[in-house]
Amino acid sequence: MRVDRLNLGLIVAAAGALLWATPFAWMLVASLREGLPIDIASLTPSGPFSLGNFRSAWESGPFLVWYLNTILMCGGIVAVQIASASLAGYAFARLDFPGRDKLFTAFLAQLLLIPPLLIEPNLVTLVHLRLYDNLLGVMAPYFASAFGVFLMRQTFRSIPIDYEEAAKLDGAGPLAIIFLILAPMARPAMAAFAIISVTAHWNEFLWPLIVLSSPSHQVLTVGLASFASGVEAGSDWGVLAAGTLLVAGPLLVVFIFFHRQIVASFVTSGLK
Amino acid sequence: MALIQVEASGEARRGQRRATALASALLAPSLLLLALFTYWPVLLVGAQSLILDRLGDGGRLGVGNYVRLFADGHFSSALRNNLVYALGTIAPSLALALAFALVLQANTRIAACLRTLVVMPLMMPLVAAAALFAFVYLPAGGLIDFYLAKLGHVRPHNWLGDPATALAAVVAVTVWKNTGYYMLFFLAGLAGVPGDVLDAARIDGANALQRFRHVTLPLLGPTFGFVIPIAMLNALTQIDHVVTMTQGGPNDATNLLLYYIYQQAIQNSDSGLAAAATVVSVAGLLAATALARRSLESSIHYAS
Repeated sequence: MRVDRLNLGLIVAAAGALLWATPFAWMLVASLREGLPIDIASLTPSGPFSLGNFRSAWESGPFLVWYLNTILMCGGIVAVQIASASLAGYAFARLDFPGRDKLFTAFLAQLLLIPPLLIEPNLVTLVHLRLYDNLLGVMAPYFASAFGVFLMRQTFRSIPIDYEEAAKLDGAGPLAIIFLILAPMARPAMAAFAIISVTAHWNEFLWPLIVLSSPSHQVLTVGLASFASGVEAGSDWGVLAAGTLLVAGPLLVVFIFFHRQIVASFVTSGLK
Repeated sequence: MALIQVEASGEARRGQRRATALASALLAPSLLLLALFTYWPVLLVGAQSLILDRLGDGGRLGVGNYVRLFADGHFSSALRNNLVYALGTIAPSLALALAFALVLQANTRIAACLRTLVVMPLMMPLVAAAALFAFVYLPAGGLIDFYLAKLGHVRPHNWLGDPATALAAVVAVTVWKNTGYYMLFFLAGLAGVPGDVLDAARIDGANALQRFRHVTLPLLGPTFGFVIPIAMLNALTQIDHVVTMTQGGPNDATNLLLYYIYQQAIQNSDSGLAAAATVVSVAGLLAATALARRSLESSIHYAS
């Protein structure tokens, strides 16, 4: 009786999960179809299949430039975030200074006030800094990360202070302590943070759309949107599926291979 | 003796000063960036919302932007739509996330596979999801109409073009995209529910529904307390699919607050109206989050 109910639940959940995967299944199948078949919606077509849609997609937009810009943007954001968050996280974890808790709360305000909400004033600032239509302008508002500071503070707190005391006796300064002693021990937290941050920025659309204007400065998401509107106008749905797969594929592949670690990272973002 | 004490406290003061100086140096990079891209824009938005320079009254202070905002039919549509959108995305995605988590929490290979399928949309850009769903919703030839026709339903429907279904179609994309993400938190929350408490309830004769209602659900209170504010923030800030799929249309049916702000700020260059809309939106989000937190806390107290 109990077993039956459990199986019933599993069957319903399996049906739900398969329904969830349908858009992915269609993307895969349609991207491999040849020509412009009438039954492009079919999930079980008989063929013919080819990689032609991927070639067409690749040729209808500068995907290589978009990849490089996206990688540069994500890498730059994460590198600066980890550096700035390590410094601030150490200050909040280990140093005793007046107003510390109030300042920490002020940091956390950034969790709510994300750049897309502050589109207009941030754009004005970027124009003043001459960072409009510049990848650096997309990255700059994210260089400080309240979540990163929070995570590094928690992580540094969990490391016994003895390591630092020993290093101090050997004459190590604060930067050496943070980056040579503590950072290597905080590597799992940093990896978790990097995964969350790269996912967020690889997938982000509205802010780069607003900041970047030249085609050669675009990132994948903005490129996909312009590519998609062109392809949709021509009803070339197989090419659309292939292009979407080119944009979403890298993270999906990484996810399938590092499933466990990625899920664990996202769950740490829920740490209280 | 007294001399030693004075020296010690002097030493402590010096240590304190050194710590403060070091903290200032370590916090400076983050603070500078936050000042530039978080605190300053907040002040600017507040100020801009109160400065009237659109109607040629030369930067006078006043609430004219707010008056214009609430008189704008597009804004009231966006506000109303966003409330429907928030409720329509948060309730189903949390319910589905919890249901998936309950059934798929088992440590078996098949459950793990199914979990992966549900989480996958999390890893994909919302614009990519929008591109796929543009085809899912395509009238006649698209995924929905194609398979509805196979089931004998032959009238094609313009899901995104019909004002009656457009918002629901956008809502469905969001639910699809976010359910897996919220499921991860419910899975973590369920892992923290002690098995012996559930066993005790079972021995006391509580059936599955009672165990869920009186043991599991109250223990998931902190998970809800974390997930609901995130879902609310998402309901205000994730609008990429509106930008690419519907542009707020047809006839404002899918216009949401941030899209309205985006239109005013970027397309109409009306910074006063955009700023006023931003202030109202963020204030609304803060109020809704506080309200949710409070009612959640009282319900947890009630349950325990």
